[in-house]
Amino acid sequence: MTLTKRIIPCLDVDRGRVVKGIRFVNLRDAGDPVEQALEYERQGADEIVFLDITASSDNRETVIDMVRKTAYELSIPFTVGGGVRSYADVRRVLMAGADKVSLNTAAVQNPRLITEGAEIFGSQCIVVAIDAKRISEGKWEVYTHGGRRATGMDAVAWAVKAEEMGAGEILLTSMDFDGSKDGYDLDLTRRVSESVNIPVIASGGAGNPSHIYEALTAGKADAALAASIFHYAEYTVGDVKRYLMERGVPVRAVQSSQQEEKGQPA
Amino acid sequence: MRVAVLDMGLGNLLSIRRGIERAGQGTAAGLDTGPGSGARAGVEVIVAQRDRDADGADAVVIPGVGAFRDGARALLERFGGTVERIRSGEIPALGVCLGMQLLFTRSFEGGEYPGLGIIRGDVVRLPPTVKVPHMGWNSVRVLRRCALTRGVQDGEHFYFVHSYYCRPEEESVTVAETEYGVPIPAMVAKGTVFGTQFHPEKSGEAGRAVIRNFLEAAVR
Repeated sequence: MTLTKRIIPCLDVDRGRVVKGIRFVNLRDAGDPVEQALEYERQGADEIVFLDITASSDNRETVIDMVRKTAYELSIPFTVGGGVRSYADVRRVLMAGADKVSLNTAAVQNPRLITEGAEIFGSQCIVVAIDAKRISEGKWEVYTHGGRRATGMDAVAWAVKAEEMGAGEILLTSMDFDGSKDGYDLDLTRRVSESVNIPVIASGGAGNPSHIYEALTAGKADAALAASIFHYAEYTVGDVKRYLMERGVPVRAVQSSQQEEKGQPA
Repeated sequence: MRVAVLDMGLGNLLSIRRGIERAGQGTAAGLDTGPGSGARAGVEVIVAQRDRDADGADAVVIPGVGAFRDGARALLERFGGTVERIRSGEIPALGVCLGMQLLFTRSFEGGEYPGLGIIRGDVVRLPPTVKVPHMGWNSVRVLRRCALTRGVQDGEHFYFVHSYYCRPEEESVTVAETEYGVPIPAMVAKGTVFGTQFHPEKSGEAGRAVIRNFLEAAVR
């Protein structure tokens, strides 16, 4: 019995609609975050991350509505990030049914927010998202505001501090590799993963299943997040898991829904 | 049948409520409301705020959110009568995650706090050799076939999120275990009281089958 490595598709949501959704899939409404999430659940996703990229802040109700609908339908865990600025936001998102919230800029500006959230809801609900940019060999700087603002903070040190403050998990994005499809920043991922005693989700750079394999082995990540390789149906979550399984990485087996129906006890 | 989810005021109960409803929509014999019963779903879930809300329930679910100390206090303050009915075997109960830990004698989470003591044993921190919380999908091994483990395959995966784990005094209460640094009871059963350390409501089809097992055991 081994704790499996998690595969986590990420959905970007703008004003309650999925921006880059799964293509070539027979969904009634490809812009509907709930339908997209359910499709990933069927494919064998272990969790889902929703990233709210809406620029304006007057859409909180739209997000909460999405969280509620998702919690109603999904039977795997999901995280909501983006625009979570205050304790009130943390509370609203979690009380609407999200399993975790991910804090990025707000956590840098006010690390107490991590502690407050963890004390009330438990560490497992509080994910700290770190956007890191390489500044020299073995050095990465934390950026906030969607990667627009440098903080001068060291990414590894910030991950350690976030754990101390009560974070239950680190979602680590390499800004240098994000969108490159050249693979994750394995040095960064390994450095952070070896420095903290909480799970680390690698993010940014996945272009094929071997990149995910590397992040989970050489990079020592506990989970891998990917967006575009799933959205454009280049690979299904099942394809990635089969690839990992063949190479000895422990993952949760993927069953088709038909098999599951047959497998149910009468 | 009616299932009461005990609201200890510690978090959102939508997921567990929906998990029970989804499991109840199965066609398993014990839950089948049959044609003409008028009920689309076989299971009605009540989120109980106090003892009397749970009065008419056929089964109780103790949910899995929050800290041990707060959970234990809320259970005894709000649901003292229900707890006694669980203890006496009058009403079947399923504790989920923290809800399972609350069934035990005491916990060392953030101090030392007494639990319900329905199952004798302690709740202790996971060892420092592993990353804490234990978060994600882990597989289980079935140690004993019972109402809760019926149909569960060895190696089946469930979603775990916890930093503390149960150490029952009697080995026989552990009906399925997982491993994370140490062997961890994944499912426990004692008479009509059951517990899952994992979140069945977050464990896809495998979790749904376990909730259904509990519901079937409760109507029997």
